[in-house]
Parts: sequence; C-alpha cells; structure tokens
Amino acid sequence: MANIKISEKNLKTVKEICKSFGNKGGEVINVLHKVQGEFGYLPKEIQEAVAMELNIPVSRVYGIVSFYSFFTMQPKGKYPISVCLGTACYVRGAEKVLDELKRQLKVQVGDTTSDGKFSLNVLRCVGACGLAPVVMIGDKVYGRMTPDKVKDILGEYND
Amino acid sequence: MVKLIIDNRPVEVAEGTTILKAARQAGIHIPTLCYFELAGMNFENKPGGCRVCVVEVEGRRNLAPACATDCMEGMVVHTNSARVLNARRTVVELILSDHPNDCLQCEKNGDCELQALAKRLGIKEIPFKGTQSTYKKDCTLSVERDMDKCVMCRRCETMCNKIQSVGALSAINRGFNAVVSPAFEEHLGDSSCVNCGQCVQVCPVGALTLVDNISDVAKALADPTKTVVVQTAPAVRVALGEEFGMEPGTIVTGKLAAALRRLGFNYVFDTDWSADLTIMEEGTELLGRVKKVLNGEKATLPLFTSCCPGWVSFFEKNFPDMLDYPSTAKSPQQMFGAVAKNFFAKKIGIDRKDMVVVSIMPCLAKKSECAREEFAVNGNRDVDFSLTTRELAHMIKQFNLDLNEMPEEDFDSPLGSSTGAAVIFGATGGVMEAALRTAYEIQTGKTLPRLDFTEVRGLDGVKTATVDFNGLGVNVAVCYGLANARAMMEEVRNGNPRGFHFVEVMACPGGCIGGAGQPYHHGNSDIIRKRMEATYREDAGKPIRKSHENPDIVAIYKEYYGEPCGHLSHEQLHTHYYDRSTKVEVK
Amino acid sequence: MTKIKTHVLCCGGTGCKASASDQIIDEFQNILKEKGLQDEVQVIRTGCFGFCEKGPIVKMLPDNTFYTQVKPTDVRKIVEEHIIKGRKVTDLLYLDPENKQHVSDSKHMGFYKKQLRIALRNCGFINPENIDECISRGGYEGLGKVLSEMTPQQVIDEITKSGLRGRGGAGFPTGVKWGLCAKNKADQKYVVCNADEGDPGAFMDRSIMEGDPHSIIEAMAICGYSIGATKGLVYIRAEYPLAIHRLQVAISQAREYGLLGKDILGSGFDFDIELRYGAGAFVCGEETALIHSMEGKRGEPTFKPPFPAVSGYLEKPTNVNNVETFANVPIIITKGADWFNKIGSEKSKGTKVFALAGQINNVGLIEVPMGTTLREIIYEIGGGIKGGRQFKAVQTGGPSGGCLTTKHLDTAIDYDSLMAAGSMMGSGGMVVMDETSCMVAIAKFYLEFTCEESCGKCSPCRIGNKRMLEILDKITKGNGTMEDLQELRNLAGVIKDTALCGLGQTSPNPVLSTLDNFWDEYVEHVVDKKCRAGVCKQLMHYEINPEKCIGCGACARVCPQEAISGEKKMAHHIDNMKCIKCGACHEKCKFGAIEIK
Repeated sequence: MANIKISEKNLKTVKEICKSFGNKGGEVINVLHKVQGEFGYLPKEIQEAVAMELNIPVSRVYGIVSFYSFFTMQPKGKYPISVCLGTACYVRGAEKVLDELKRQLKVQVGDTTSDGKFSLNVLRCVGACGLAPVVMIGDKVYGRMTPDKVKDILGEYND
Repeated sequence: MVKLIIDNRPVEVAEGTTILKAARQAGIHIPTLCYFELAGMNFENKPGGCRVCVVEVEGRRNLAPACATDCMEGMVVHTNSARVLNARRTVVELILSDHPNDCLQCEKNGDCELQALAKRLGIKEIPFKGTQSTYKKDCTLSVERDMDKCVMCRRCETMCNKIQSVGALSAINRGFNAVVSPAFEEHLGDSSCVNCGQCVQVCPVGALTLVDNISDVAKALADPTKTVVVQTAPAVRVALGEEFGMEPGTIVTGKLAAALRRLGFNYVFDTDWSADLTIMEEGTELLGRVKKVLNGEKATLPLFTSCCPGWVSFFEKNFPDMLDYPSTAKSPQQMFGAVAKNFFAKKIGIDRKDMVVVSIMPCLAKKSECAREEFAVNGNRDVDFSLTTRELAHMIKQFNLDLNEMPEEDFDSPLGSSTGAAVIFGATGGVMEAALRTAYEIQTGKTLPRLDFTEVRGLDGVKTATVDFNGLGVNVAVCYGLANARAMMEEVRNGNPRGFHFVEVMACPGGCIGGAGQPYHHGNSDIIRKRMEATYREDAGKPIRKSHENPDIVAIYKEYYGEPCGHLSHEQLHTHYYDRSTKVEVK
Repeated sequence: MTKIKTHVLCCGGTGCKASASDQIIDEFQNILKEKGLQDEVQVIRTGCFGFCEKGPIVKMLPDNTFYTQVKPTDVRKIVEEHIIKGRKVTDLLYLDPENKQHVSDSKHMGFYKKQLRIALRNCGFINPENIDECISRGGYEGLGKVLSEMTPQQVIDEITKSGLRGRGGAGFPTGVKWGLCAKNKADQKYVVCNADEGDPGAFMDRSIMEGDPHSIIEAMAICGYSIGATKGLVYIRAEYPLAIHRLQVAISQAREYGLLGKDILGSGFDFDIELRYGAGAFVCGEETALIHSMEGKRGEPTFKPPFPAVSGYLEKPTNVNNVETFANVPIIITKGADWFNKIGSEKSKGTKVFALAGQINNVGLIEVPMGTTLREIIYEIGGGIKGGRQFKAVQTGGPSGGCLTTKHLDTAIDYDSLMAAGSMMGSGGMVVMDETSCMVAIAKFYLEFTCEESCGKCSPCRIGNKRMLEILDKITKGNGTMEDLQELRNLAGVIKDTALCGLGQTSPNPVLSTLDNFWDEYVEHVVDKKCRAGVCKQLMHYEINPEKCIGCGACARVCPQEAISGEKKMAHHIDNMKCIKCGACHEKCKFGAIEIK
C-alpha cells in the first residue's frame, strides 16, 4: 500500500480532530467538515490520515469527499467567488454574470486563477433572492448584479 | 403465508418473500442485473439500483423493483404488462447507451449478463446517443479494470467491503460520473486490494476481468528450449467441466491430465502432490508450537493456515503486528514451484532457467503470489505463470480440443501422486481436515478411528470444533471471506478467548472451489455446493486419504528434504511475511 | 429604571444582512448612545420579515412604522425625526405602487394583507437569540402542555386531527407518521429535523431557523415525547452559518432553562438535540439519504420499506420531519387542532410558506392559507410582474415541481391541486417568470440541477436524466427533431415510473410540465429554430433598429468584443461575427433600439 506523506503539524491537527470525535468511523463527515475548516480543502494525504485515524478504508473517505459538493480537493483562491445559480437568480440573469466573470478571470467554474487570487464556483440559493442575481466574494454579498458591474467588484480586490 | 397474484396466477409464499423469488417459484423469471445473491453464503447485493426487475403492482403509483419488494397479502403483480416491458426496455437501452459497443473483443463475450439481457429483451438498436463515461484503464497483477463498462451494480463494492472487508473499492463521485473505484482513482495495485479477485467473479459485465496469461504460456509451450511443467490445483478438477457444458460437480481429473498433455506440457503434475507436502510442513509446525506450549515454553497460537495468497496479502496489509501467527509454510503452488525448480530440474538434469513452471489455479491471487520477489531466484520465478480455470478452458478451446472427448489419463510421476487429503484443499475446511488427519496420527501415534471431520465441512462462513487428540482438546476454526478472517484476527489479538490452536482461512466463498478464477457461477451457490460435494466424493474414492501416507511424499523426505521443518525444507518450503501496511512518512 | 419606550426591530436575515443590516444596527446603537437614549430605546436584531425585495427592513414599535430599504446613513434621520420628534421619515416608507401613497403600517401593504403567519409567527418579532422574548410570545407553552396534561397518544391524535401534512414536499400526514414511529418498540428512537433545504429557489426553512429557532426545538421535544424518543438531531446545511449559529444559541439557552436535557419541567421526560451538518447534496433531502449521510456515508437513498419509522438512524426507529412542519407543531398544541384545521382547504390544512422569487415586484418570504390562488399570490402579494411585463409561468416545487401557466392562475393551491396540475408543493419555492424566460431553457436549467445532484445509484436517474439533458441541449442549440420530443416524453415517463427515490421520480416534472404547457415553444425551437424569449443563444442574434438608434454609442462602449460600430449620432451596427451574445448592449440601450431577432 502507498505510504502517507504528510507534515508533522498537519498530522497532529488531523489526529486531534479525529480524537475529538472519538475516532469513530460514523463521524467521518463531521470530521471532514472540521478538517476542511482547518485546511481550506481536503488534499489526498489529509484524507488518508483521516482514514487511518478513524480506522476506515480511504476509499470510503474519498467516496464521501467526491459525493458531497461542499468538500473540495482544490485549494480555494484568496478570494473565493460564488455565483448563485438558484432559480431566482437564474431567471434574473445570473448566467450572464457568470459568463462575464469567466471571461474576465479567464477561468472555468471550479478553477482558481493562475495567481491564486480568485477561485470561481457556483452555488444554489444563498437565500438572498430579493437581491437576485447574487454573487458572493468571500463572505461579502453583492446583490442585483449585472455583467457590467463585474469589473468594478473585482476591482475592489486589487491588493 | 401470503397469497398474491402474479401475472394472473395465484401464488402462495412465506412472509418476507420478495416478488422476485415468489415469481420464480411460479416459473416466472423476472430479469435482473444488479441483484446478486449467494444463497446460504451470506452474500446479498440488492441496492435496487439498476431498475431492470421493475414490475407493476396494482394500486401503486410507480413500478416496484421485484428484487427489493416484499409480497403482501392480496397483491396483484404484473411482470409483463406493456408499461413494464416498455420501462424495462428503456432502462436497459439507457444502460447500453453508456456502455461500449465492443462485445466481440470483450473478455466477457458470452459470459456477460448485460449481453444476455439485451439478447433476451431483443434489443436491436440504442435510441439514445450521448456522452459515454470514460476512465483510465488499470490493472494489478491479477485484476484488470475497464470502468467504461461499469453498470454501477455495486456488486464488487459489496464484495470488497462487506464480505472481504478489504475496502479497496468504493462508489465515488455522483450522478452520471458515479463509478466504483479505488480512492483518488489511483491504481488498484496501490490500494488495500489483496487480489482475491472476488470483484471479478461477481462483475456482471467486462468492467472487472482477469489478467490473461494465455499467450505467455502458449509462447513457452512453443519454445523448444524450454521444459514446461504444469501443476493443477485441487479445485480445478471439479469446475473445469462446466466450461464444456458438463453438469456442475462433474469430476474431470483424468480428462484434465489428458488435455494438459495435448496442450504440449512436458510434465503434467498435480498441485495435490504439493498439498500433501504442505500438510507435512504445516502439520509439523502446528505440533511443534502446541508441544512448546504444553512444555510451558512460549509459542504463538493459534497457527493460521497460509495457503491462500489473498489471505496472506490481507494479513500483511492489515495485521502487521501479527505476522508470526500464520504458518511459515509456503502455499502448495509455491512449494510445487520450489520442488520443481530445485529438486526436479536437477533430477532431470536441466538448469532452472530452462524450466517453465505453469500452475492452473482457481484463483486470481495466485498470479500475484507467483510474482512475489521472495519466490524467485535471481529473477527466475519458481512458478513462472499462473493460469486460472477459465483461462485453461479458453486455451483448450483455442488448441482445438474438447474436454468432453478427452480420455482419462494419469498425472506424471513423481510430482503427480496425491491423497484424498490433498483433494479437499479445494473446499473450505479441507486444509483443516487434511491437517487434522496427519497431525492426529503423528501426535498420538494412533490410527484415526474416522477420517471424516464433518464438523469442519459445509458452507458456513465460520465453523469451530474441538478435536480430541487422545485427551488433548485441539480447538480449531475454519473461516472463509476476509471479513470473517478479520473478526477472527481481532479476536485473537484480544487474547484469543476461545483458545484456538489452529485456524484455517480462505478468502473466497466456499474456499478455492468458489475462487475468482473458476467458471462464473453468476450467483448460483448450488454450483459451489456441487463442486464441494464432488471434492469430498473424489476424496472418498482415493485409496490413500492421509498426506503422510503418500509414498512419493515419504520418498522425497527420504531422498531430499530429510524431515519436515528440517533445514532444507525451511530453505525451500517456508517463507516469511512482510509488513505491507500503510505507513506515515512525516515530511 | 428607565422604561423602554421604543423598540427598533431590524431584520437580521441573510438577505438584509447582505444589504448591511448589521451596520444599521451598529449605527442605531451609536447614535442612540450619543443622544443618551440607549436606555429608552431597545434595538433588536430579528429574523426575516419576509419582504426581502424592500430590505433592509426596520420596524418601529409600538406604532408599527415599517421602514424599507434603509441604509446605514438613514439611521440618524430615523433617530432624530422618528424617535426624538415623533415624525415619520416619509421617504423611507413603503410606496404603494398603485396609488403612489406612502404606507406606514405593514398591515396595509398588499404584500402582507393576504398573508397569515403561523409558521413564521415569531419571525421578525423577536430576537431569535433571546429565549425570554420567545417565551413571552408563547414559546414552550406547547411543550409544557403536553408534558403536564397530555399522553403521548393524545399528542399524536391532536396532530393527526389538525390535518397537518409534511411541508417538505410530499405532504404525508404528520400525525400518522408519528403514530407509525411510536408503535415500534426500541431501546432508542430518534427525532430528526430535516433542515437540508436544497431547492435552488427556496429559503423558508432557513428563515424559520434564523428567526425562530426555539419553535423547532420545542416541536422536536414534543415529537420526542409522543413517539418515545430522547434524542433529536437537526440535519442542517453547512452553507447556513447564521441558522447554525442561532440554533446552537437556542439549544444552549433551552438547556439552561431546563427545556432540554434531563427531566424536562420536572416531568421525567429527557430530550436533547445535536446538530449534524449536510455537505451539499440535494438528494439528502430524501429521508433515507439524509439518514445515511448522518451515519457518515454517501447520501444515497435506499428503497422503502423499511421506512425510517421502523429502521432509520443507526437502524433505530426514526421520525423525520422538515423545519416548517415542526414550526407548526407548538401552536397546534397550544391553540388546538380544531383551530388549525379550520384554516386551509379541504385536504390541506393550515398555511404554507413560499419563497416568492423571480420576475416579480415583491420578492420575499410569504405565508398564506392553503387554498389561496396563484393569482392572489402573484398579483396581490407579489405585486405583479416586474417592469410591467407579461406573466408567463410560475414554477413551484423546485426541481421536483413543474411550470404552471396562465390557465392555472386561479387554481387554489394545495398539495393535491398542484399535483393534479403536474407540479407539486415541494418545499415551497415559487419562481415567477415573464416573457424573457425560455421554457425549454428553464426545463434544461432544472435538469442540469438534477443531473448534478443525482446520487448516481439508479440507472434511470443517473443515465436517463443525462440523456434528457442532452436532448434538451440539442433542442436549445437548434438541432432538435420532432422525434426528440417524443423521446423526451417517453424517457420522462419511464424515469417517473422507475427511479429509486422520490427525487428521481419527480425529476422529469419540469420537462413534462413544460412539454404539456408550452408545447408550442418546444416546436418553435425544433421546427422554426427560434427562441421567442431570446435566451437560447444559438437561436437568436441582436440587431440595432436604425429607426430607434440615436447613435449615443453607449452600446459600443459596453460591448466586450468591440462588435458594435457606428458614427456618432448615426445608427450603429452589430457585427454578428464578433458578437458573443452577452446581451450587455441590449441591457444598456435606453431606447429599446437593440432587438432580439
């Protein structure tokens, strides 16, 4: 079997989180939530370490990670962008906003810009339908978006 | 009892019977795809996922899966209404629309359950054109994976996790991208896979198949500079006939020897011979450990058998702290290889490099076993190639032969004679029984009053017994399925509360007769049962039924090895195990 | 001690928070302090008022003045004018679009007039992070009543008699469900609250949890008492951080008050609640999938029976209800089944919360009695279609529902009438569409969602929906045939008939209902290769009408492709080879000169 290559610090973090859930296999989803909260994403070696600590097959961990859209193996950009594609936003033109974001950032959905600054994702309904269409950058919500506002809101993140 | 109507016929079944089984009872055969059961062997896969078995139940809004719906009093079921037939056809067309159209080149051509289904439903074209799933092809030394062909029946996943507790495979992703895979879609060979191959045995299509070594063997046979020696495992002779239309349970030992000879093997030997040798070594080892304990010395008990390479790989990967439990005796395949390349090559005056040893095995893990580094001398393997029962059948056909027409012939001497004890290695409990026959007589110096240890026979997943060795109670356990083995190991790790002395483990359902290299049983456990009956029939018919009475075995100790577990046999017939568990490299 | 004279209720729901309601609250605190009024005026962060379109909302008590679209910079004016001088800030009041009059009390607004708030009774009235406010409005009275006066069976009978049906979608009678679970004996049973709201146009459950978390806790305890369970689990979307926070606060306050934990109110009944987090899988709204997810597995549904009432979480009897269902329970207990079952229609009792969204004037969260017509909701509560455009369709039930049209406007909505019309209640998403929506594209939108969210376990959903999506894609690109429409219908029928779980079985509804109600539009796409809404890019292009164009050049400036050219003050022209049909020019042009062809 392949060996797990992981830094001591990360292994310690994983061990602590698993221990806080009693190292129980049934807690794997809760553990993954916590671990992703810690690392921002779930790279392979982290999943392997979780499997080992919970004494469950790593295939099961990966089966779960690849099933739930909340879990990701890709590190997010410094400023993660989420475009709401809920129905309310969709009928008010969210797709056009998304197209414009893709065009300006030169990335596809799920990708991160080459400088690591922005990652682009879609989500379904943030519950701000009154502001549709909605784009989130980090925790900040931008409502009533139009394609020509895209340049301005991205401009807010010029470091 | 529950009364219901299926296709206008009244049917009465026990409570808890599914519509599928009730219909079968009435002679109505509802097609299935994902459903898979090994009756009486604790394996059932009914995710209700393929939806091929849907039927109409009056009063219900949707069609119901017959495999997962229990009969209810007064139910009225239609299995062939226009609605059902259209739905079933559409579902199969959908499955075919995401399945490659290369049946002619597929390993499963003729053995494929999806192909049979399409034929049965008379599907002539697939109305849906669209994206097909594509995945990287992958293989281990034993198993080939072509997930483009996967129909998501999940049988392999159930087998790998529930029955084997290996956990190499899991469903990954979701929706159209869902597929069964090792973690991170990496190589199966890098996973916890032990190459037991049971995923291959249950796969309805050609997604999981074996690594085919027929051409390697054919090449060796065609090479005039090579002396090609073949050995054939106990379980092969009770199953090979099925590939040639014979009834399950037909014994073809003589025809098998004849066919091998006609294929061009220079020496047609028998793994049964080395099974007898295994008993001498393993039995002696067992007695040695027991004696030590009786003398108050330290020894590791229970002794676990080590004939099954899937099991060996399993404990190396999962129980690195318990590597001193299993017997160090090599498996019969590898003992044979060691004897052939060391003793027999010398005897016939050729260099081991000019000898090719081929094994015919019911097993996929044997392909990986013979490739282990420790079983080679300067890169020259003791066993060069391992073919499965299915590959042998293909090969016989490719060589324009028909097993039905073969005469009965004997194996060659001296590595061809065997006892009944060796024959039963093929069935779960067989190694145990064979070992008990020999160990009893050596330990007690008495002749066994009865040879049949029926308490370790049968298709139960775990069997235990206490055998009276002239006042000494020997506690034994027999299990198949690696999940059962895992539980046994954990019990032993926790102090062996039931005080076992000797444990037999086989990875496959029913032992080697249910091996992954055997003809596909397609979920019919009666086939395995009949192979088992044939095995004990063959044993009962043997003039000699105890390994230590095999004259050729007695002779080789006299001539070559000296004594069981002696110096030379330790060198050639024993092995050691490695910690192959996942380790953490802190960077 | 100074008597509090004024309460300022400020909406802290997600929508209003996104529009700076937190800053508004801070600003109030600061300015009140500055004016020395901090002891006389109490500022309360409430849950959602519902009228999200006009958020952030600030409501003044006791005079019920309802300020809309408040900005942090407006706060000083409210304090100085309203609180100090007692004069309403007129320009922050709601402007009635009909008579152009300012309305100061929400009771008189079209949006609220037809509403009846039962599940949302406390949302917008209390500080959800303060259990005392909840108790002062009758919170935990129901729990007290069942523990002191009622047997478990009486509770089940009362809920059954009330006619309450599951608000998560299918409408199974809640009392019957409890009864099934109650009769199964086990050493441990579970009450599960399904808060994995995944419908892409619905946020009612979240609003309830954010605005009135105690009602859920109370209802779960009542349910636990009646079925014999001592453990409750809330399966909540990890994407709802505010709702999670408020539930956590509420649970710990309830424990502190002895309303959760051992020996609740001295009755000997033990009950406690834990949170479990969903991880982004729509299918986990299905109860068997939800249970598997809570057990740390892939959220794949399994065939029922066995029902969770027999074998659910950890194979123990489990009762799963959705948030809104639970929110109705305490008030049914306190006011009685006979009060509740007089509200609503014959077979659907009580009210339903809808997330009203789309091309409608008053987007927001509404609660109406069952039996209210779509017309009343869209035109009276919703204030009609945005920009005075034509109503085209209304989608209910999310990905499991269907698109209804003008002919259904007078349908009195309840579980059964929506089902009969080819849609369903679903969890309560209601998205209104006008002529700018293409119904083929809408069907495709929902199917894309279903394909993304399908668990992949059963072949009809895994492959069938993918094939339907491919056919729809072909149609929207102008390559469809009439045979494709036939095949769509057959596939939709078979998927409905054969899929494993409720989600798979209802996934073809958006396609079937649009085929039924907007057949002409499909035929237009297939035969005439036209998309009348101008949504399907391959079937449309933009042209500048030279009669209308004044040559201002605004379109050319926004065009990302430099596809528009023309002399100043002369009619411009679009180069269709360069145009990527982003629509920026169309939106920019004030003269309607850019037309979809």
